[in-house]
This record gives sequence, structure tokens and C-alpha cells, in this order.
Amino acid sequence: MSHDDFQRHEAGIFTPAFFILLLLTLIGFFLVGLRFVKGIGAVSNMSDGYPWGIWITYDVATGTAIACGGYAMAILVYIRNQMHYHPMIRSAVLTSLFGYGLAGFSVMVDVGRPWNAYNFFIPSKWQVNSAMFEVALCVMAYTTVLLIEFLPAILTRLEEADSRSLQRLAERLHRKAGVDQDRLMTRIEWARAGAAWLRPRLDKVLIFIIVLGITLPTMHQSSLGSLLLIASTKLHPLWHTGFLPLLFLINCIYIGYSICILESVLSSYAFKRPFETKELAGLAAIIPWVTAIWLSVVVGDLLWRGQLGKVFAFDFYAGFFLLEIGLVGCGSFILFSAKNRRSVRWLFVSAALIVIGGALYRFNVYLIGFNPGEGWRYFPSLAEFMVTIGIIAFEILCYKVLVKILPVLPRLHGRDHTAPAVPVAPPLPQSN
Amino acid sequence: MAKPTRRGFLVGLAVGSASLACGGMAAAVEAGGEAVGSAQNELGMLYDATRCVGCKACMAACKRVNGDYGSLAFERAAFDPDGLWDAPQDLSGSTRTLIKLFKQSDREWSYVKYSCMHCRKPSCVSVCPVSAMTRDPRTGVVDYNKDTCIGCRYCQVACAFNIPRFQWDSATPQIVKCDLCVHTNLAKKGVTACAEACPAGAILFGKRAKLLVEARRRLAEKPGFYLDHVYGEHEVGGTNHLYLSALPFNRLGLPQLPESPPAEFSEKIQHTIYKGFVAPVALYGALCWLALRNLKKQPHDDGSHTDDDKKEGSHES
Repeated sequence: MSHDDFQRHEAGIFTPAFFILLLLTLIGFFLVGLRFVKGIGAVSNMSDGYPWGIWITYDVATGTAIACGGYAMAILVYIRNQMHYHPMIRSAVLTSLFGYGLAGFSVMVDVGRPWNAYNFFIPSKWQVNSAMFEVALCVMAYTTVLLIEFLPAILTRLEEADSRSLQRLAERLHRKAGVDQDRLMTRIEWARAGAAWLRPRLDKVLIFIIVLGITLPTMHQSSLGSLLLIASTKLHPLWHTGFLPLLFLINCIYIGYSICILESVLSSYAFKRPFETKELAGLAAIIPWVTAIWLSVVVGDLLWRGQLGKVFAFDFYAGFFLLEIGLVGCGSFILFSAKNRRSVRWLFVSAALIVIGGALYRFNVYLIGFNPGEGWRYFPSLAEFMVTIGIIAFEILCYKVLVKILPVLPRLHGRDHTAPAVPVAPPLPQSN
Repeated sequence: MAKPTRRGFLVGLAVGSASLACGGMAAAVEAGGEAVGSAQNELGMLYDATRCVGCKACMAACKRVNGDYGSLAFERAAFDPDGLWDAPQDLSGSTRTLIKLFKQSDREWSYVKYSCMHCRKPSCVSVCPVSAMTRDPRTGVVDYNKDTCIGCRYCQVACAFNIPRFQWDSATPQIVKCDLCVHTNLAKKGVTACAEACPAGAILFGKRAKLLVEARRRLAEKPGFYLDHVYGEHEVGGTNHLYLSALPFNRLGLPQLPESPPAEFSEKIQHTIYKGFVAPVALYGALCWLALRNLKKQPHDDGSHTDDDKKEGSHES
């Protein structure tokens, strides 16, 4: 059964990297606190001309694309029916969950009047013309969907939790905090029984949730492009097009597959696990076709609008446009060769190029190609950077901790051949 | 092999949603004229830059009248530590209207007044996710409600005139822009504070239709004196705040804009994709069908696990 595809990573939590990430997180969160006391202007360089800075551009518009691993993998596994990628899906869903959860958090930091956000749930205030409205509702719904998709990992853990360690925890709580030990244990037993009851039932309906998890990103990722449709007088013609929604949608798919490769290579490296070269080569074979479609739409649209000449103006904007196209193009070109796709190094390099190029596209649309008029300048302040870095650090920190607590990473067996159904003795000690 | 058909279906699906996404561009504008139809009673102002003497009485009156309601503050200048003057440099979170002097040469110069243009198809209203920006269909006044605003600043991104301003230094910031004194002077005296205060007759308050007639009369009265253009008559679908000037408008900081409202373009695409919410539901249905079919096709080859797990992996190579 599929839950056996995953295992916990057995290693200590409090590594040096943990403390570095914790420090960055704390700095970021201190600055977030400052922003709520002194106003957004105290920490950021945003202005009335550039009302959206890197918090929106990176944390929301780009961060959610980078968090599209779960979306891209779900398309592959459940729609393209490539079940042998299933072991990779849980870590993809977890990173998506963090990406989206923290994008939501960033929005709450970025908006000026977050206490009014309840208006999103009041139908009389709905404004369906607004792409922002669509993005907000979809992102909230998708974060919930991701949480449900990830629930099996938590429930499995709850069910299989070692009762002795729980007993010890209860004793300690009893001594330190005066918590009634028996009552606590009864509660835990209840939770465990609840988890055992819920998990098979959840499994039955999970596919409908998963498909919802494919539909929602399709909607809001395209709407992230629609957000800038209105800025027809401010966004440079190289990027302002009616195809923005379509381009953003395709963009998030190839970023999604590429980020899965990056994450897999990085976590194999960091956690000293064997590289999942076979699965990655398969993923890598898809990417260049997706980017090819994207590049054709970009170029075809420029031709159709008669703006291709702007590319050869070789000015500031053309430079960033060519850089974006070049990064995505180079990365894809490498992946067209089957030999490169079997090399971990080339896989990593090309996936990194494509992620950076794809992310640069979003930066170009939201910031670099955005010109509100004469006299306006924007470059993020140090504090603004530190908030974003703090949020990224928090994301990595949580990922690193959770893969050691919950069964997330692919189980280490049979990855070169067909996976046997009965788990063979795994190289690492088992959690259960 | 069933793969090609599935792929074919997927390609069809992709092409379908792609054409959905861009079909809107070709589609005709349905209700674009809705705002431009009966506009006899819409209120607005005519600012004649050639009559303005730059006394800034309008600025002072605006802040006096709207200070409490609109949370406007005095802005101190660097040379004025005692705070004797209100010296805003630009429209801001404390200033709804502003007079600037543009000097082209020693003999050619012009004052210009900035404030909300009260577009007839306002981008800010179109993009506000929670309807904090509204346009009164009767008076044409574009109003802001701080009690629903979430502070996302999408209105600022969207406004072609860069009018909405944000209170960057406040812990409880709001958007600041002219609301034609609809809660203050207009409600009490039936005229905007700036028009009431203007000693030179440079700001004329009234119904848009009448203001347009007056603007054309002035243009005809002094041919060659003005630029032969009423700024705001057609810009971004027309605005209720109109301008006359002797110097090119873009030199005065009033951007050269197309006649079609940007909000029409974006809404057209958004409406085409989400019309009746049919496309998302259809997409969900089609994907569910595909996913369920895929799951059914999974051979239960690993006999040791025959429980109800839907996501059975076949591990095909």
C-alpha cells in the first residue's frame, strides 16, 4: 500500500544548520514585529509608485511557483498515471504546503490592514472582477487541500507512535507542568484511535481532494499572471500581454518539476541518501517539452503583438528579457540530451537554470518590467530582504525538522528495480 | 496501449484551457458601455491650469475639511522644524490634492493640480478584492472605505495616474485619495472644498456633461490659447475630473493614455476564463474522471496489500 512508500529520516534535529536557520528566522520575525508596530515604511523601501516589493514578488508570486512541486507531481502521478513517481510525492506536498503557508503568512505581513481580511468570507464584499480575489480564495483553499493531502503522514505517525516515549513525555509534563498524567494519556489514546478511524476513511475520499489540489493551482497560478493585466500602462510591452495567465500557468509547471529535481538532489546530498537518478531522469525528460511550449508562446505572442523589435533594443528591459529566456532555454537544451539526464550534476545544473530563469520571469513581470512613471525607484531594503530570508529559512527549518519526525521521504528500497510490495529490510533503522 | 489516447485527451484539455485563457482577447466587449451610458448626472470638476494662480487654497481647504474623516496630517518640511507650514512634496498618505508648478522656460510655466480623476471605468474599483473601492453609478464618485480595505495596494498598482496613496508609516495604514468630499463638504454644502476655496475660478465643480460644454466653450472662445484637448474626456474611457491646459499634459505629469480602459481588457480575460464558473468545474470534473480511471486501471498486483487504498502504486517500469 502506498503509505509504505515513505519513511522518516533518522537523524538528530539539532544540527549546526538548524541553529543558523533558527537565527535567520528569528531576525526575520523580529523585523516582521517591527513592521506591525512602526508601519511597513519602517522596514521596506516600497513606495506609492512601487506598492508591491519583493514580499509580493518573491514570497507570493515566485514562492508559490517554487512551491508548485506538489502540483506538478500530482499531475504526473494521478493524471498522467505515472505511479512509480508516487514515492516522491509526499516531500513535494510538504514543500508545497510550506511554500503556500508561508506565502499566506507573507501576504498577512504585506497587507496594511490584515484585520479586515475576514471580508474575503463575506459574499456581499466579493469582487469577482478582481484577480486578487480569485488568487486569495484559491490560495487559501489550496493550502487547506495541501494540509489534508499531508494528513496521512501525520495520522500514520500518530497511529504508530511509540507509546513508551509518549508515556515518558506525559510523565515529564506531569512533573513540570502539573498536567494530569492519566487524563493526558487518555487524550492521546483518543487521538490515536481517532487517527486509526480517520485514515482509511480519508484514503477513500483523498483522490477527490488531490484532484482539487490540481484544479486550484491551475486557477490561481494563471490568476497570478492576470494580476498584472490591469497594469497595461505600467508593465513593459515585452511582458504585458493577454497571455499572462497562460504563461504563468505553464511557467509554474516547469518550475514545479525542476524544483522537485533540485529538492531531491539537495536532500539526497544533505541527508546522505542515494540519488533518485532514475525518477529524476524521467522528470527531466518532461521539462524541456513544457519549456518549449512556454518559449513558443512567449515568442509567438511578441510576434503577434509586433513587439519583437523591443527585444533587440538591447536596453535594460531587453537585457532582463534575454536573461530570462536564456536561462530557461539553456537549462532546457541540456535536458534534451538523454545522457545529461542521467547525470546528477547536469540534472542539478539544468534544473537550477530553469528555476532561476522561471523565477526571473515572475520578477520581470512584477518588478523589473514594472515602471510606474518618472521619478519612482525601487530596490529592496536590507530589512525587507531579511524578512524574506527569514521566511525562507523558516521554511527550510520546518522541512528539515518534519522529515525527521514524520514519514515523508521515499522509502529506501527497490529504487533501481520494480519495487517489491513487501518491504525488504531497509538500510536504515525503521521508525515503527 | 492506452497511453496515446490519454495523452491525446490531455493535449485536448490543455489546448482547450489555453484557448479559454486567450479566447477572451478576441471576444467582443459585452458591457463596456455600461458605465458610459447615462452619465448626465455624474459629478466632476474642471481644472483650468491657465487660470490657476498657485495659491494652494484648495490644498489647505481639502486638509481642513477632510482631515478627520480622511486621516490626513500636516507634512513638515526639512527647513521648518517648528512645523509652521504644511509642505507636502507630492500626493501622499496625508495629502489628497496637490498643486505643483511646472516650469518649461522663464516665460512658459503652468500650475497643475493633482487629485483623483474619478474614472468612469476605474481600475482601482475593478481590482479591489473586497469592494473597498466603489464607484457610485449615479454620481460617478469613486469612494474608498477603510473599514473593508485589507491594504493590499492593488489599487495603487492598477491606477494609471498613480493617485491612491498609502500610509507607509502607520501601524494602521489606509489608502488616501480624493472622494470628491462625498462625506464632508459635498454632503454639507453641495460642492467640493477645493472648488469652494478657489479664488481664481480655476476649479469648477458640477455635472460632467455641463463641465464638458464649458470646456469646449473656453476652447472655442480662445483658439490657440489652450491646447485643443480636454484631458479626461476620453482618457482610459473618460474621467469625471477634466483638465484644460496651455502646455502639453504629459509635461504637467498627466500621462498620455489610451482611450480604452485597462480594466476592460483585464476583466474581459478574467470573465472569459471564469464565466459562470463553468470552466473550473469542468476542469475538476474531467480531472476527477481521469484520476479515477487511472486508479481503477491500476492492477492490484501486489497481493499482500488489498486494502481500500485508492492510491495503489503499480510500480510499472
